[in-house]
Amino acid sequence: MKKISVTVNGTTHQSEIEPRLLLVHYLRDVLGLTGTHVGCETSLCGACTVMVDGQAVKSCTVLAAQADGSTVTTIEGLAAGGTLHPVQQAFWEHHGLQCGYCTPGMIMATAQILQRNPDPSEEEIRHGIEGNLCRCTGYQHIVQAVQCAAKKMKSQPAPANR
Amino acid sequence: MAEKVVGKGIKRTEDPRLIQGLAHYVDDIKLPDTLHAVFVRSIYAHARIKKVDVAAAQKTPGVVAVYTGKDISQKIGPVPCGAAIPDMKQPDHRVMATDKVYWVGHPIAVVFAENKYVARDAADKIEVDYEELPVVLDEEKAADPKSPVIHEKIGSNIAYKLTAGEGDIEAALKAADKIVRQKIYHKRLAPIAMEGRGVLARYYPGEQELTLWTSTQIPHLARTQISLMLGFPENKLRLIAPEVGGGFGSKLNVYAEEAIMAYASMQLGRPVKWIEGRRENMQGTIHGRGQVGYIEIGCKKDGTITGFRYNVFADMGSYFQLLTPAIPTLTGLMLSGCYKIPAIQMNVTACFTNKMSTDAYRGAGRPEATYVIERAMDLVAAELGMDVVEVRRKNFPEPFGAENPFKVATGLFYDSGNYQGALDKALKMADYTNLRVEQKKARAAGRLIGVGVSTYVEICAMGPSPALPAGGWESATVRIEPTCKVTILTGASPHGQGQETSFSQIAADELGVTVNDCTVIHGDTAVVQYGIGTFGSRATAVGGTAVYLALQKLKAKATGMAAHMLGVDAKTVTFDDGKFTSGGKSVTIQEVALNAHLAKNLPADMEPGLSATTFFEPKNFTFPFGTHICVVEIDPETGEIQIQRYIAVDDCGKVINPLLVHGQIHGGIVQSLGQALFEEVVYDEQGQLISGSLMDYAVPKAAQVPWMELDRTETPSPVNPMGVKGVGEAGSIGATPAIVAAVVDALAHLGVRHLDMPIKPEHVWNILKKNKAGAA
Ligand code: FES
Ligand code: FES
Repeated sequence: MKKISVTVNGTTHQSEIEPRLLLVHYLRDVLGLTGTHVGCETSLCGACTVMVDGQAVKSCTVLAAQADGSTVTTIEGLAAGGTLHPVQQAFWEHHGLQCGYCTPGMIMATAQILQRNPDPSEEEIRHGIEGNLCRCTGYQHIVQAVQCAAKKMKSQPAPANR
Repeated sequence: MAEKVVGKGIKRTEDPRLIQGLAHYVDDIKLPDTLHAVFVRSIYAHARIKKVDVAAAQKTPGVVAVYTGKDISQKIGPVPCGAAIPDMKQPDHRVMATDKVYWVGHPIAVVFAENKYVARDAADKIEVDYEELPVVLDEEKAADPKSPVIHEKIGSNIAYKLTAGEGDIEAALKAADKIVRQKIYHKRLAPIAMEGRGVLARYYPGEQELTLWTSTQIPHLARTQISLMLGFPENKLRLIAPEVGGGFGSKLNVYAEEAIMAYASMQLGRPVKWIEGRRENMQGTIHGRGQVGYIEIGCKKDGTITGFRYNVFADMGSYFQLLTPAIPTLTGLMLSGCYKIPAIQMNVTACFTNKMSTDAYRGAGRPEATYVIERAMDLVAAELGMDVVEVRRKNFPEPFGAENPFKVATGLFYDSGNYQGALDKALKMADYTNLRVEQKKARAAGRLIGVGVSTYVEICAMGPSPALPAGGWESATVRIEPTCKVTILTGASPHGQGQETSFSQIAADELGVTVNDCTVIHGDTAVVQYGIGTFGSRATAVGGTAVYLALQKLKAKATGMAAHMLGVDAKTVTFDDGKFTSGGKSVTIQEVALNAHLAKNLPADMEPGLSATTFFEPKNFTFPFGTHICVVEIDPETGEIQIQRYIAVDDCGKVINPLLVHGQIHGGIVQSLGQALFEEVVYDEQGQLISGSLMDYAVPKAAQVPWMELDRTETPSPVNPMGVKGVGEAGSIGATPAIVAAVVDALAHLGVRHLDMPIKPEHVWNILKKNKAGAA
């Protein structure tokens, strides 16, 4: 067993874990944060995307032990103080989700894209979310949601990411 | 006056939980003491099992039980098949393999352990001795009497043979000036719902009740079937479809794993959970399509179609799942497309192969039909040197509706349609005439541009009960609670389609309340009256109609009550915007709701409460239609296919929420695009699944998808009072032929008339290379 300390959505957790435990299972099974999903367990679908120290990562391909000392943001931590993050608002407004299974990962990936490039073109958006598969929406409403989120974030400063 | 919301693209009420990661899919439900299950599955496509050694697995600390096929497959009833075809041969499909395995992925043993890591470790320690047998993979060769036989008891690989259609096909083909023939493949596809299957079972020994959470599209039908498999009383089995992460037909089924988890939870006295991995999902969840066929279409010189024959070999896989044998019959129903064809015949040979079962995948047999008739129309156009639009128009029926339904030679009466209307609109959006001019210019300049047109019609709102194995009606209960909040219980089981919103829209308008006053409950058999579920683009057209009709009953009762409260004759009462008015007096629906429950001032013959239930039986299917136009450009150097424009005009009757309709069409088109250009389940010659991960199975990614330009026409259905038709499968039916046609058209000047899906750049590149070599 290994001792780790990880700050997730603003709360620091001290845990004793098996060294082989995946970060996604740590978040879901140990901390009960089930908003992060598993769609392939092979880093191909993006459903498990979370932020580790500000970087979007596929948490099915990271060991929980590797996150020791890190700050993690999951979908549950994105809405600050009860207000939806602009990306969440935009996905809602533009019907950027159907079954919702890819959505947490898609939203986390989008937040990262917009952090890096506040004004992406359609092509940049499509390439930016290439690591995230959605089987329901055909992506068009997602693209529109990302465009809308970009606009929102320019006019309203993003809530500080914990 | 409250604004009406039906017809408006309002935001979905289900989204807040989904965008915040607060929804509960099966694996998000955590019960204390849960055991985790991992299956051992066959690594061979066809083999005798000589020995299964579970000793090491059993000894692994943390393992609570290990079952093999021998242990349990006679204790649980067979995996059900709900479809019946005359003289069909049905193998005995047990929940796990006992003496033989029939496909790669066939479950052999299952481990239950304290956590999934331990269960996986233990499963890896199970040793299976196999004796390999010759495999049967090709659905056409399977029918050959010389082919090895998969199910010895059946004695051949032919599951059934069936002839369908009407009219004298021989005479019709004889009367033709030309007959065009083509062999056509519909490769196997994997549905790939982003959430795989998953089951959580818990037995309550005191109450003798069993609760099963499972990721399904058909909670009630699954409950009935699982109760039969287990010999467990149906009214003690509660089945819950929690949040479901996509289905596309793959969860319109009853699977062995569901019954095994239910059984194990009773045996072991603890909750048990099985969550499917992606590789398992590719191996052990149903596949779609899987047909190879031969088309023969007869035409006159002017393009009039005289007759159409489709001889098809359908790949069943090794066993039947819930609807496996029925899928090709849906192909047969839709072979007329949106054309007047006097004689149609389909001859099906359905064969067993050493592969996973095929079954319903978005469109389920109808994309195959649309694809063959649309390819056939293009081949006729090419043969006659006609424009693809012209040959279609030539064979369209005049616009039709309730008064004059369109009878086709497959036995169906289409409900309503205006095929010219959708076609004209799409041609205008595409600027078709100009597109052809541009294409010619481009071709002269060495650029390869292609335009593909598909005019499709589909059958949905499944459907009249006599036509469906388990009933085709749908149920709804609408309750107005004392505080005038509205509760809608639907037998449909939405899993992304958005009916929590659209059904609330219907109720809000009918009752003069807001969408937020309404809540839609679905998927829990202990709460919701029996229902059929969500598939076949039926939830709104059949389930929504049930909601609408329950609302009418409710309004009638509320009107009677209001009249009593006002002391007037009910005939004089009007209801508008949540208010019952007669003369100068009025009561609100809120006052009526409270009165109904306090029950102190009711008419003598009226029961208290405000609740109504409807079981709606549709008289016919509905037939949405539309035109899709695709423009591609091919890179002459690499064979790369770029979609330049995609235009879709769909007619799904009356629309309740256009935002949701667009979402459905987008998703369907992109699944079609996957089928046309990327996706294919590949088994090698040993029957190994080569495309067993998302690395090898090409689900479309955002950057591979074009911008889709959508519009619609609106031809109401006469089959239901709201005039809705259904839209869940439109994109997956209408788009594939348009995309394939566009690629073929880009290469038409090289003599190409048909290409098989998925059309890969490599394939195109080879054609271009050959042509260059020929020219040099
Ligand atoms: S689950 Fe991590 S990428 Fe698919
Ligand atoms: S919304 Fe279902 S997978 Fe994206």
